[in-house]
Amino acid sequence: MDTSLSLSKPNTKLKSVSSLRQQKLRAAMWFLAPMVTVLFCVAGWPLLRSIYFSFTDTSLTDLYGGQWVGFKNYLTWTTLSSGRTIFSGTLADPTWWNAVWNTIKFSVVSVSIETILGLMVALVLNQEFKGRGLVRAAILIPWAIPTIVSAKMWGWMLNDQFGIINHMLMALGLIDSNVAWTSNIDTAMFSVLVVDVWKTTPFMALLCLAGLQMIPRDIYEAAKIDGIHPVRVFFHVTLPLVRPALMVAVIFRMLDALRVFDLIYILTPNSKATKTMSVVSRENLIEFDKFAYGSAQSTLLFAIIAIFVCLYIWLGKLNLNGDTQR
Amino acid sequence: MAQIQLANISKHFGKTEVIREVNLNIKAGELMVFVGPSGSGKSTLLRLICGLEEISSGELTFDGESMNNKVPSERGISMVFQSYALYPHMDVYKNMAFGLKLAKSSPEDIRERVMNAAKMLQIDHLLDRLPKQLSGGQRQRVAIGRAIVRNPRVFLFDEPLSNLDASLRVATRLEIAKIHHEMKSATMIYVTHDQVEAMTLADRICVLNNGEVEQVGTPEELYHSPNSLFVAKFIGSPAMNLLEGDFAKDYQCQTLGIRPEHLVIDPNEATWQGAVIHTENLGSDLYIYLDIGSDSPLLVRLSDQQKVSKGEIVGVRPKWDHLHRFDQHGKPISAPIGAEPSTVLETQSA
Repeated sequence: MDTSLSLSKPNTKLKSVSSLRQQKLRAAMWFLAPMVTVLFCVAGWPLLRSIYFSFTDTSLTDLYGGQWVGFKNYLTWTTLSSGRTIFSGTLADPTWWNAVWNTIKFSVVSVSIETILGLMVALVLNQEFKGRGLVRAAILIPWAIPTIVSAKMWGWMLNDQFGIINHMLMALGLIDSNVAWTSNIDTAMFSVLVVDVWKTTPFMALLCLAGLQMIPRDIYEAAKIDGIHPVRVFFHVTLPLVRPALMVAVIFRMLDALRVFDLIYILTPNSKATKTMSVVSRENLIEFDKFAYGSAQSTLLFAIIAIFVCLYIWLGKLNLNGDTQR
Repeated sequence: MAQIQLANISKHFGKTEVIREVNLNIKAGELMVFVGPSGSGKSTLLRLICGLEEISSGELTFDGESMNNKVPSERGISMVFQSYALYPHMDVYKNMAFGLKLAKSSPEDIRERVMNAAKMLQIDHLLDRLPKQLSGGQRQRVAIGRAIVRNPRVFLFDEPLSNLDASLRVATRLEIAKIHHEMKSATMIYVTHDQVEAMTLADRICVLNNGEVEQVGTPEELYHSPNSLFVAKFIGSPAMNLLEGDFAKDYQCQTLGIRPEHLVIDPNEATWQGAVIHTENLGSDLYIYLDIGSDSPLLVRLSDQQKVSKGEIVGVRPKWDHLHRFDQHGKPISAPIGAEPSTVLETQSA
């Protein structure tokens, strides 16, 4: 009697535990299902369609009549009777490579400056001072303004005839004649970078601040008692400890910067010096009626971002080397 | 080795005064414990001494040299924090060596000092570990090691044991006592809210209450002759029995204090008598709670040889030379019982 009781008991217990686990899993699936469905509809399906279109000769006027053409939109070549080989397709398109180069230049420079400035702002905001809450709120304003509005606003400020920037620089005697900041091919990229830095530094500052506030205060007190120079404390204590947060911030910004569109489309329309991958692929998709060609460029943009993210995470893991968690 | 002098030290945050006119002389090489309930200002006082907080008024001197305007690193101090405050991304060796690199020591010198401290604390096999890979007790040793390598003239401990479990606390307490004996050149200040720690470690104890010094003295002095009701209540575990009203009136005082171990069972000459409402057997000791009609039951400490059970009526009497009598201001009455009884009673009725 006794033994049979004691034997059957743990069994039922084990069963109930595993069914409890199954119940939990089922509940989790039900909670996730709506999000997964929505994500598939708004992100997964369009992505798959774009990739499919890039292998066809679909045009905007006949979206469902495209024929499979393989890699023609990416790269194809014909050898002329003279023996000369002509390459065509996106990967042989100088406009595309110019856009790739512009995007990389924009992303690397803007994110670097924003990270450094953002960290500096965050370090200041992390200090105790009167009116800190107000400053924290105020600094977010550029980030809160829609990009179209801020791009238009800066467009006017940078205007070659009526812009306040030219006016101020002239008054200070820094320039001799008005500069067409946004349309001049030499200054267009510079203008775009200035506006992007102005707009996005607050976001970086906020993410950095969140990271800084995770660092316990007492280790700064310990460093103070040990008499360690503040600069040394920054590089040996603050920076290594804020790095995980900084990594996340940089990757967020980098993803944003690699697909930049609105700011450039509005501030410097049609400037060869600033056209990015997104701008060029939209041009092909909508304006030039090269829908499949544009799809190929969109697919490449996706691939580049995906490769970049994988690389970044992999490199980050290598660097963190054991101190991934605190 | 430094003699620390606090003269009229006050500290206020805005309008709240947390330290009031503290005068204290800490002798060179001694281990002084600041003890008091939370909010008594003991940690603030420590932070004033190490320079993490600015002194509002008064003068702090080390060996006669004013420290008021010196930054922490110029004071020659080391501090062990309650939370250890280890650098989470540095291994044990780096944690201990980080503060030394500045002091223009050669790499060999740094290495030797770290190794010596690590051997002394038996953490020399952990030097390449990160703090998160260590147990609480090991972390605390690293924190202590980091303080030792700087060879300070003043050692500050801010509740170093409060994050450890009971058995580790005892072991680490022993460790700190050992360090105190080995490092005779350093003056130590130790902050705790635990009076057992204070009693076991201190050369002298400074009891703080509401930002003021209640009493300074050796553990024995505080235990046997507390100069206020607060100290009497705070020092000693279990706490002193305090009797008021008619119980105290018989002894011509406002409050009568008697420690549990100074009560003996004496059926023939019982001063107080009552039923046993609860007993606690700790193995070596037996504590019994007697309901003698006072506000809280009378706690009596007996040896384990004595057998008393719940519900039994027991009569006890105090050992006469261990009575503590306090007036209505909580100050001790030193006059013998019977001397000038009228004045005592007068003040009582006033």
